[in-house]
Amino acid sequence: MATLHIDGKTYEADPSKNLLEAALSAGLDLPYFCWHPALGSVGACRQCAVRQYRDENDKNGQIVMACMVPVTDGARISIADPEATEFRSSVVEWLMTNHPHDCPVCDEGGECHLQDMTVMTGHCSRSFRFKKRTFENQYLGPFLNHEMNRCIQCYRCVRFYNDYAGGHDLGAFASHNHVYFGRHEEGVLESEFSGNLAEVCPTGVFTDKTLKGHYSRKWDMQSAPSICNHCSVGCNTIASSRYGAVRRILNRYHHDINGYFLCDRGRYGYEHGNHPDRPSRPRLRSTKQSGLEPETTEVLAAIGSFLNEARGIAAIGSPRASLESNYALQALAGREAFSIGIAEASSAVLDALVAALREAPGGPASVRDIEHSDAVFVLGEDPSNTAPRIALALRQSVRQVSIKHAAAHRIPRWHDRAVRDLAQGRKGPLHSAWPAQTRLDEISKSAFCESPNAIAKLGFAVAQCIGEDSSSSSSADSPLQKQAKAIAADLLEAEQPLVVTGTALESEAIIDAARAVVSALAKAGKSTVRLAGIAAEANSIGAHLLQGQALESIVAKVMNGECDTLIVAENDLYRRLPHATVDALLDKLSKLIVIDCIPSSLTRHADAFLPAATIAESDGSLINCEGRGQRFFQALSPKENLHATWDWVGRIQVECQRSDTNPWPDLDTILAKMAADCPELAGIREAAPGAGFRIHNQKIPRSPRRFSGRTSILAHESVHEPKPPEDKDAAMSFSMEGSALQPPAALVSHYWSPGWNSAQALNKFQEEVGGPNRGGPPGLRLFPGGQNGRPHGSPSTESAATPDQLLAIPLYQVFGSDELSNHSAAVRERSEPLAFSLSAKTADRLGLADGDSLSLRIGEQKLTATVRLDPVMSENLIGIPVGLSDTPVTYLPLPAQANVCE
Amino acid sequence: MFSIIKSLWLVFLHLFRKKATIQYPEEKAYLAPRYRGRIVLSRDPDGEERCVACYLCAAACPVECISLDAAEREDGRRYPGFFRINFSRCIYCGFCEEACPTYAIQLIPDFEMGEYNRQNLVYEKEDLLIDGEGKYHGYNFYKVAGLALGNKAKGEAQNESPPVDPKSLMP
Amino acid sequence: MNPTVQTLLITLVILFTLLNFAGVLIWVERRVLALLQDRLGPNRAGPFGLFIIVADIIKIFTKEDWVPPFADRKLFILAPAIILFTVLLSFTVVPFAPGIVVLDLNVGLLFFLGLSSMGIYSTVLAGWASNSKYALIGGLRMSAQMFSYEVFMGLSLMGVVILAGSLNLTQIVEVQRGMWFIIPQFLGFLIFMIAGLAETHRMPFDLPEAESELVAGFHSEYSSMKFGMFFVGEYIGLTLISAMIVTLFFGGWLGPAWLPAPICFFLKTFAFILFFILLRAALPRPRYDQLLSWGWKYLLPLALINLIVTGAIVLMTGNPQPN
Repeated sequence: MATLHIDGKTYEADPSKNLLEAALSAGLDLPYFCWHPALGSVGACRQCAVRQYRDENDKNGQIVMACMVPVTDGARISIADPEATEFRSSVVEWLMTNHPHDCPVCDEGGECHLQDMTVMTGHCSRSFRFKKRTFENQYLGPFLNHEMNRCIQCYRCVRFYNDYAGGHDLGAFASHNHVYFGRHEEGVLESEFSGNLAEVCPTGVFTDKTLKGHYSRKWDMQSAPSICNHCSVGCNTIASSRYGAVRRILNRYHHDINGYFLCDRGRYGYEHGNHPDRPSRPRLRSTKQSGLEPETTEVLAAIGSFLNEARGIAAIGSPRASLESNYALQALAGREAFSIGIAEASSAVLDALVAALREAPGGPASVRDIEHSDAVFVLGEDPSNTAPRIALALRQSVRQVSIKHAAAHRIPRWHDRAVRDLAQGRKGPLHSAWPAQTRLDEISKSAFCESPNAIAKLGFAVAQCIGEDSSSSSSADSPLQKQAKAIAADLLEAEQPLVVTGTALESEAIIDAARAVVSALAKAGKSTVRLAGIAAEANSIGAHLLQGQALESIVAKVMNGECDTLIVAENDLYRRLPHATVDALLDKLSKLIVIDCIPSSLTRHADAFLPAATIAESDGSLINCEGRGQRFFQALSPKENLHATWDWVGRIQVECQRSDTNPWPDLDTILAKMAADCPELAGIREAAPGAGFRIHNQKIPRSPRRFSGRTSILAHESVHEPKPPEDKDAAMSFSMEGSALQPPAALVSHYWSPGWNSAQALNKFQEEVGGPNRGGPPGLRLFPGGQNGRPHGSPSTESAATPDQLLAIPLYQVFGSDELSNHSAAVRERSEPLAFSLSAKTADRLGLADGDSLSLRIGEQKLTATVRLDPVMSENLIGIPVGLSDTPVTYLPLPAQANVCE
Repeated sequence: MFSIIKSLWLVFLHLFRKKATIQYPEEKAYLAPRYRGRIVLSRDPDGEERCVACYLCAAACPVECISLDAAEREDGRRYPGFFRINFSRCIYCGFCEEACPTYAIQLIPDFEMGEYNRQNLVYEKEDLLIDGEGKYHGYNFYKVAGLALGNKAKGEAQNESPPVDPKSLMP
Repeated sequence: MNPTVQTLLITLVILFTLLNFAGVLIWVERRVLALLQDRLGPNRAGPFGLFIIVADIIKIFTKEDWVPPFADRKLFILAPAIILFTVLLSFTVVPFAPGIVVLDLNVGLLFFLGLSSMGIYSTVLAGWASNSKYALIGGLRMSAQMFSYEVFMGLSLMGVVILAGSLNLTQIVEVQRGMWFIIPQFLGFLIFMIAGLAETHRMPFDLPEAESELVAGFHSEYSSMKFGMFFVGEYIGLTLISAMIVTLFFGGWLGPAWLPAPICFFLKTFAFILFFILLRAALPRPRYDQLLSWGWKYLLPLALINLIVTGAIVLMTGNPQPN
């Protein structure tokens, strides 16, 4: 640590940081625009001017840009220096000469970094008398609104979009005072990380378009810490609500997972809770004809009698439901009659993944570990589409080599432009193995586009090469062998090699291969090797740890008459099993009870339906693909008839007289019971403070202190104000009342600090700028790593498909493959229609061209779609996007043989 | 002792003074134009709602009696979807008027709002919106804002130069 | 007429008049206070706003009659009854006119003094039974104030007693046919008036209520007609003190021959009531310690001097004493 003197006071500072970071970490206020903790410094905005002195005798010093000067031991600077202060004030005044008079109609108003910085520098009166420059705006798609007049030319947007996230279609145009940030022509921003521009932009040029549709100011929104449930990464989010509906999702900083950025699926998927067809009332089939809406008590009583009259009950949970909801169902139906709702094949793959994660040395890799890896092997995953935040981290991992290179030239890593210029586009090794083209191909050293079996073979071959340490290549090697050797060499050379795998191709062999690579690396002395796994859904790992039965065995139980009543929660069976199977199952059932938060195809068949609360409306826990248990909390107290699934199940327990009172009246009770029943999940209770947590005997407020309209919001219903809802599940209040002190990171509901109204207030919630959350990153990792539990597999010996047969493999779309986000209008607008991907050769053989229609028969199901040529796919593979909502066939047991129908 | 008697005498003399009482409702008191009474929402010179649903009045309100929700017209003009003031809570402090950047919300010299039923003191937008400009004439927020809007394109507001052509590199 | 029936009739008439008069006083005080403060006062309900009395009565009867759960219920209910009871009972000895007196006691004055001391129980018990800090402080102030002022209230009247040679109020009035006692007993009158005001805790001596300090003092916790009884009790107390001043110092019903005696008595009493309202409008409330130190340091010695001087003069002049 270096000693730093700022305005006569002495601070400790990290010499690897710059003065701006050091000043902010010391808790001082110093304005800035172009610097961003994740993007580094470029010294463009001249806003963070301070005066630096050579030594204590130096009375004059010189004005320097704090973001461009490294911390040195004994450095003396002054923030309060009058000339530096005036300098900063003048800079803001220049920036404001063209800034429009828009704040009242600007969505950034009230959480605007430019507003904060203007106030901080003290500039208040505009003396520029000439005309304001204007720009035309562009349509940028359903996620972002563009209002170019407001731009202050800090270049943060292009630096994030192009340099950090690898986008191609945002640029800086024109020159001097006319610099324009936008696309070369109007159109949708392609990158799946474009939504971050709303947070990266220090003012209102890029703003959240879904928020614009139901706009509310930051100070008016009641928020709670939530977890993204649109993929298995488990990014931390802040869900904000107003007038009983979720209005937006903001990034919640988690040092080890999402850091500063979210993907667009996670940011905009929240609107499934605002879907116009969302079922919000309990329903009974028996009263459907009469058109009467039954009371909740009536429906619960009916469900109670269904269960009491049942011959046998079975329950199906879901990997997208919380742990508590799955556990509640398991407790209702019993271990033997409970399934987490995934098919046997998927369950086996998931089991292999969990085993791999348990075994991973040092525990599964976090997103932060991924960012810091310097050689990556992605085996059978397409992170850009299945876990976009991991793909963003992989884009950073290939930069590690340039950062190290720069460090060798004594260029600190925050010196962004210099690091990039020195690297001249040099990238670290990223090897990917995925049957089709991926968006990571552009940064990967090699892409292996073959069938799942071949990918597994490559994995095992790499493991073997590492074990043999035969770096010399011989001409006798097959291409696969050659590639394996190259990959092995890169991994062995790296300081921190990483293997990424997952369940996307539904192949146990691939996961076993990844495991083999990791253990071979560990054996070869690479103790720093890490394994990252990607699961299919938000709580796949957590649900799996409950050890339910496979879906097929529940179906068998129903078909053989053992059970005749089924409860399905947050699961659309039509997406899990073939249509015919589900139809047969429904025919056989005497009663079907469905609990869900979206209008799924299964809800139509329910004898009794209970509307579930969405993730933003309920409390619970999820376990992400890193094995990290995380808690999410209600951002709003939902409407009367909406409850979390576990709460509904508790009420059902009372109705069918299994219990006198609700067995889990609150979250802490069900967590305690779950911990007692599944010791492995006991740690989940530590993921966040319990409901009894208090700061100075006060709860933590969900609303900012300036929350408005409290005596008026419900005045149209009754002028007598109701008491705010009480929260028995969390240590947070549904109002602005409570402790003003900073809560533990797991309970942070909004970022605010005096003078810092924008999301940049986050600096005050970190131990140091860009560092861990104060009090440590939230959540608890359940897999310490190194647990050996599963025998090592070997490559499958089954022969490849015969040349004239097609192998259908699943492909994923970041917008479209996730069930929940498909119900969000903006995400749906971005999702592409169903199209088969195949190589030009295969298309030629079938006599097809790009855009032609093709019908396929897979098993007993027939599917028709247009053909899209994929430049890298190998022959005889056909990629079928899965999970799309607009297709007649919502389930296919891929990979599978496909036959062309005439 | 003497001062007590003196004050008794002086107070006694007040019996014969002219009384200050105004016999409201027969007599009305003079209310200055800037008197802070009932709250209204005004319209701009073009007859459009001035309110742009910026929520500043709600934030400024010390008793939190204002609530509104923003909505947007086809042409991009923002307006309050609903606008509610709970006058049973209002303290007529005028902070909302001070906070309003568009002169939309104004307090006018009318205080005769008595109701037998408290619920009737909850005013919705249709109760608040008037058909005129109120106290401040001629101001039209969108004429000074940089936002393009329906019939007003970029660069057409007051003190704005025409839009830049980003494809040009000319100085 | 049967004397019993006659007494009963007189009693009822006095009671009726008094209670109604207390009601009217509500209006009188508000109007007069308002006029003294350059206002008009209640003038809306009925002619001259007179129906405000009815409105007030309706209001006070229809308010929620609430006994705090923390209060001592029995004493809490008893307290307001005591004040009304003692004040009304005091009127039994007041001679309104020759023959119009309920009880022509030969120790009438003592009876009055005794009952006015009884009144203290009302406020002290109210303050204590309310079990709230403001009420308790009010009750304590009241007891201290009463103890202090009662002493010289009695002493100040001794001059009158010496001059009249009787404790019978009718006789005291009769003795004043020649000269009202206001002249020989001016000092006694002043002291009695001040002490009387203090006893009825009227402005400016309303320290037990002192709304700016104690919310409403001893009756903070009272509502509805229980509060109303304190309220009415205060007005009847005011009337009582005015009536006593008239009786003792201003010749009671004595007046010009063309004026009927009761009317004369009433007019004199009413004049004092108006004077008390003027006091209320004009004078600030003294501090609590000032009130007590005046009492003990000035008024008590003055009362003693008055007694001694009167006694000495009577002894020297040898004024004949009846019986």
